Amino acid sequence: MALSEFLQFLISGLTVGFIYGAVALGFTVIYNASHVVNFAQGEFVMLGGMFTVFGISLGLPYLVAAILAIALTALIGVLLYEFAIRPARGAPVFALIIITIGASILIRGLAQVAFGTSFFSLPSLAGDTPINIAGAVAQPQSIVVVVGTLAMVGLLALMMRRTMIGKALIAASNDLVASQLVGINVRMIVAMSFAISAVLAAVAGILITPISLVSYDIGVLLALKAFAAVMLGGMGKPAGALIGGILVGVGEAMTAGYISTDYKDAAAFVIILVVLCAFPNGLFGSEHHERV
Amino acid sequence: MSVFDTVQRVVGNRLSLILIGAMLLVLPLLMTSSFQMRLAVVVWVYAMAAIGLNLLMGFAGQVSLGHAGFFGIGAYSVALGPSQLGLSPALSLPAGIAFCGLLALLLGRPILKLKGHYLAVATLGLGMLIFMILSNEVELTGGPDGMRVPRVVIMGWKVKGTETWYWITGIALLISVWLALNLINSPTGLALRAIHDSEVAASVLGVDVARYKLIVFVISACFASAAGGLLALYNGHITPGVSDFLVSVQLVTMVVLGGMGSVGGSLVGAALIIILPQFLTVMHEYEHAFLGLIMILTMVFMRSGIVPSISKAIRSRRHDSNS
Amino acid sequence: MKKVVKLAALGAALTIAGGVQAADPVRIGAVVSQTGPAAFLGEPAAITLKHYVEKLNEDGGLLGRPVELVLYDDASDANTARTYATRLVEDDEVSAVIGTSTTGATLAMISVFEDAEVPLVSLAAGIQIIEPVNPYVFKTPHTDRMVCERVMIEFSERSFDQVALMTGTGGVGKSVRKECTEQAEKRGIEIIADETFNPKDVDMSPQLTKIKNTPGVDAVFVGGFGQPLAVVSRNYKQLGIEIPQYHSHGSASKVYVEMSDGGAENARVTAPLLVIADQLSEDNPLRPRAVEYTKAFRDLTGEDVSTFGGYAYDALLLISDAIKRADSDDPQDVRDALEATKDLPGVTGMFNMSAEDHLGIDHSSLYMVTVKDSEWVLE
Repeated sequence: MALSEFLQFLISGLTVGFIYGAVALGFTVIYNASHVVNFAQGEFVMLGGMFTVFGISLGLPYLVAAILAIALTALIGVLLYEFAIRPARGAPVFALIIITIGASILIRGLAQVAFGTSFFSLPSLAGDTPINIAGAVAQPQSIVVVVGTLAMVGLLALMMRRTMIGKALIAASNDLVASQLVGINVRMIVAMSFAISAVLAAVAGILITPISLVSYDIGVLLALKAFAAVMLGGMGKPAGALIGGILVGVGEAMTAGYISTDYKDAAAFVIILVVLCAFPNGLFGSEHHERV
Repeated sequence: MSVFDTVQRVVGNRLSLILIGAMLLVLPLLMTSSFQMRLAVVVWVYAMAAIGLNLLMGFAGQVSLGHAGFFGIGAYSVALGPSQLGLSPALSLPAGIAFCGLLALLLGRPILKLKGHYLAVATLGLGMLIFMILSNEVELTGGPDGMRVPRVVIMGWKVKGTETWYWITGIALLISVWLALNLINSPTGLALRAIHDSEVAASVLGVDVARYKLIVFVISACFASAAGGLLALYNGHITPGVSDFLVSVQLVTMVVLGGMGSVGGSLVGAALIIILPQFLTVMHEYEHAFLGLIMILTMVFMRSGIVPSISKAIRSRRHDSNS
Repeated sequence: MKKVVKLAALGAALTIAGGVQAADPVRIGAVVSQTGPAAFLGEPAAITLKHYVEKLNEDGGLLGRPVELVLYDDASDANTARTYATRLVEDDEVSAVIGTSTTGATLAMISVFEDAEVPLVSLAAGIQIIEPVNPYVFKTPHTDRMVCERVMIEFSERSFDQVALMTGTGGVGKSVRKECTEQAEKRGIEIIADETFNPKDVDMSPQLTKIKNTPGVDAVFVGGFGQPLAVVSRNYKQLGIEIPQYHSHGSASKVYVEMSDGGAENARVTAPLLVIADQLSEDNPLRPRAVEYTKAFRDLTGEDVSTFGGYAYDALLLISDAIKRADSDDPQDVRDALEATKDLPGVTGMFNMSAEDHLGIDHSSLYMVTVKDSEWVLE
């Protein structure tokens, strides 16, 4: 009994954790390319799920609707960069944060007008028959979430290493000025990072909707948790973001299971407060050196 | 920094106090209803909290995404003081501020070791924890439905009515501005600005960076809790919503929109964020979308904030006409 | 979904806002939570109010004058609600006010109406709103206490004496938990598992696993509102829990049933009559309005009727009925007439107000309905 209970909490935590991880990864991609913390990341997750729901309601096949949703969200990501972030380049960090918070309010506001306050679902991609693992039950969609997120991470890693765009992204994140000097089109690269990050979030949104349902305001808390996950893993570290996400998800499920469901949402932040006291730059972060 | 700048700053400080005082006196003459007066009360209160946060953000360069937590502690202390400790509401306010300052002192030590985004997430967590305690401990706080705040009675005189509160909060704002300006121009303020420019350089010059950061963190928490307490006393009923994460974001937005490092800017930022939605009601369901849009546009076109951007524009124009 | 079209109508919204009303209308104010965590409650209320005020005007208005609805969104925030309450009584000079959607924000507004002597009809469930009775404060939804009474009566009848609670950490959930704990105690029912969920929880399996593994649970009572309720029922099914499932009135919406993906099957829900309007007998005086509103809401939104919209329908009905009977739109007269409301069939119940009772309905207008093949069945 005790073991199956633990397993059940673990499965629940992993499912949620991988989603946090996917969103956290999106934070990291943008941060690395432009040093912007994009608080509208959670809204991209919502848009991914919502657009797909909307596409299906228009009669499109699941896959077509999903691809369109991802493309549309990516486009919105690029628009966000072109019309809000780029015009303010060089502005103080706080100004950029306010811009992304403004963008998240704007997107959420429009989404509410477009989709209403109700919540929607998507059919599970792997059917509804629960899988029994040593007395614990896993939803087939949970496995889709885990596999899907891992596949995205794999693809991203591959892209970073093998393609010109990826290499340029890495160069830009290492040294913006130097990469400009060697002829990298930084504007294009940063726009790409917004698109990639929006794609990651949109896919996460599509994967999680069959489990968590989607409504216009799911993004806020998701972005906060993912932001926490990023910090836990160490800013700018893709692997750290994913692991941070999983830790936050599992930590929450264990808190809900063994301590108190009332304070479940606090788990992530308590873990972070404790971890940051020991590792001020996150688990995998490198020390930040101030240039004098 | 030239001598001229310093002189201008000292004169400017006096001037801004006089200006705010004059505004407090004149505004009631222009107001036609107690609704407008209520808006002013809410603006004064939020401006107090924003000025406190600005000391932390604009002068010491440290961000806090959890200031609504301190705001909430102040608000709940004036409700809990009377119901749990039998304190009078008027006494609960300073008690709450003191408690909040103590809490900030204890928590600030480990938290302020963190930098940049790490500090942001730590303070965010702190604020969330306070919010959760306020909404989960139903026995103590009444939970999400909130609790009643008894009226302040001073020697038999019941403090009520929006006009009374206009003067109380207005004077509180004036005192806050005065305190903030004094702090900025004190040796502590100089040390803070040094920290803002470069922590490493400041510490090389012998500034005890950790101590000064802690001082300003405690002060800004006290400002927030004082503001929260006043709002609770004025409203007469308080819900955990006062300490919501979104209120923290609102406070940061007020500071950044108005202008970091500008005390007057925080007042302008607070006025904008509180009053703007009242005009945006004509947009109906597009209200929030427009608020977001305005935030983006302001930051794109006035990246150092409204007040610094405008004063810079005026200065450069004057410069042009002089030459 | 058809609301997407509205995005295109941005300009239109602006022009309508600038339209000029005919001279000296009867003004009714409203504050609802159209955004924020309580938007799920406030949005159907706003849709309902706009539609029925329009309809009132088509039928000639009130007192021979047009009716003007002054509607504000408090964004689910108590301080904002109070600001709009002040604006309504001070600047808009309304005769009566409807709102707001949550108990906490309503409580924060009350003293504004008390001081201005303008009547308020709240759309929130909390019993503190009308107990003790404030002369100027009324409300339309059943209280959480009534819901818990109704469920605990059934638990007693079926001799379920060990039950589990699964409630939200939001205002509604907390209040349901408190009231149900009291009602259970009163009837000697033991609560042997007490779990909670957060308003945006993605997965409730840990909590439900704990309930599942608690031996001797006869029934589970779920209380709260919105999206998490559907997730609870989904996880309930996925975990293969066989214990009877009971829900508070927060689940009395078709969206809950549809989104629970079969997990709501056989769940017993305490529902206002609105959800089973067409199953009421033909001679039931409550039937006509409920059926008409159900149809109107579907025509308006393409979605099934929401009981939260129904509370707003009743609030507007109570106020317009009071204005007619008082033959005046003076706030004091409206208040007196509201308190004198007798045998008024609304969509939530038959309203009978008095100086001691500012709700005017009891738990007899709450029905226990079962979800069968994704439909509400009255048993």
